[in-house]
Amino acid sequence: MMNYIWVAFVVVAVIAGAVTGTMDDVLSNTFEFAGTAVDIAIGLIGIMSFFCGLMKVIEVSGLCEKLGKALSPIMRLLFPEVPSDHPANSIIALYFAANILGIGNAATPFGLKAMQELQTLNPTKRIATDAQCMLLAIATTSITLIPVTAIGLRAGVQAKGAAEIIAPVIIATAISTIVGVFFTIVLGKTKRWKFDNVVARDMAAGVLEINEDYIGDKPIVLPENYGKSDDFSKGDDSAKSDASAKGDDPAKIDENVKKDEVQK
Amino acid sequence: MTHVLELISTWAIPVVVAVIVFYALFKKVPVYSVFTEGAKEGFKTAVMIIPYLVAMLCAIGMFRASGAMNWLVDAINPVTKLIGLPGEVLPMGIMRSFSGGGAEGMLADLLKEYGTTSQIGRIASVALGSTETTFYIVAVYYGAIGVTNSRHSIAAGLLGDLASLIAATLIVNAMWF
Repeated sequence: MMNYIWVAFVVVAVIAGAVTGTMDDVLSNTFEFAGTAVDIAIGLIGIMSFFCGLMKVIEVSGLCEKLGKALSPIMRLLFPEVPSDHPANSIIALYFAANILGIGNAATPFGLKAMQELQTLNPTKRIATDAQCMLLAIATTSITLIPVTAIGLRAGVQAKGAAEIIAPVIIATAISTIVGVFFTIVLGKTKRWKFDNVVARDMAAGVLEINEDYIGDKPIVLPENYGKSDDFSKGDDSAKSDASAKGDDPAKIDENVKKDEVQK
Repeated sequence: MTHVLELISTWAIPVVVAVIVFYALFKKVPVYSVFTEGAKEGFKTAVMIIPYLVAMLCAIGMFRASGAMNWLVDAINPVTKLIGLPGEVLPMGIMRSFSGGGAEGMLADLLKEYGTTSQIGRIASVALGSTETTFYIVAVYYGAIGVTNSRHSIAAGLLGDLASLIAATLIVNAMWF
């Protein structure tokens, strides 16, 4: 993806430069901006060091755990299908807290661990559950108190006024998280994306994989000699779904599912 | 209202910092040495983004100098102006969903070109700070556990990104412009 975007910028720039006769500007900008990039990064070192130091203090002091505990009632609302004694709860709360405090380095491992814990509640191997979709929605829309990178880049260009974006960011990130959570709940109930429907579709196509590590109380029972007989496969259709199950680009898979649906 | 929000922006970091270090001291953490220990990471983080900044800034710098950026902005301006968003910000807003490093490079370009307190610079900063890279997060989080059918995650994530861009525009315009 980035390959195409990057090459497009460069090639279009050279063609446009040739057409408009601005090639000398294009050339001088190339070198000037390379230097600018380093200048900005150098300006970023100080502020990054400061926040990394602060994050370490947060980590060691146990503030994150404390905030996580305070947030757990909200967790119960957003993850209703996770049993209250499941280890996923505390890790998701920690993940929330790390995100809010802006401890990026600590947040990602918490997030991955939370996903693993939620996978034990996933009866399938390859299909995201509602809880996993919710965790992902919160991760992609991010809830943050101090947008460190944006402030750092601003400070790299000009120190004065670098932090003036904090209040607007807090409002904007709250709005984006609410919108993300809202659509995760609403879209998750649609015919196309409802968990049970996706499972049923995969089962009909003969590509459903069961999660052997599932510990919940509603395991999916596959019909006998599922996947071995040809009764379930539908020729071309199942071949396509098979390919999509192996690929690891989620966007492509969504498209494939859409195609599948249209064909049916 | 603007005054209150500016006060929050100014007070947030000093107050948060003071509360955190005081709490840590109260919990008998050797604050000073832990802070300096963590600060070592900052250098690495800042240096690590240099390649991404160079790649993106050079490409964008060429694109801008050639006049192609002006064509693009002129083409999208009539649409984005409807919500008060300067067209210059939209390419970064779109990049935000695909590549964090790419979007950071484009923000750096906008800040340098228009200034940190310009309408463009402020909207772009808020938009970048208020969301995460949807496609990256989906790939890493689901990749780690082998989930390949992300269902509606991408759709919801992109709608969240769009909401953050619109919210950034409306808030910045209401506060300063």
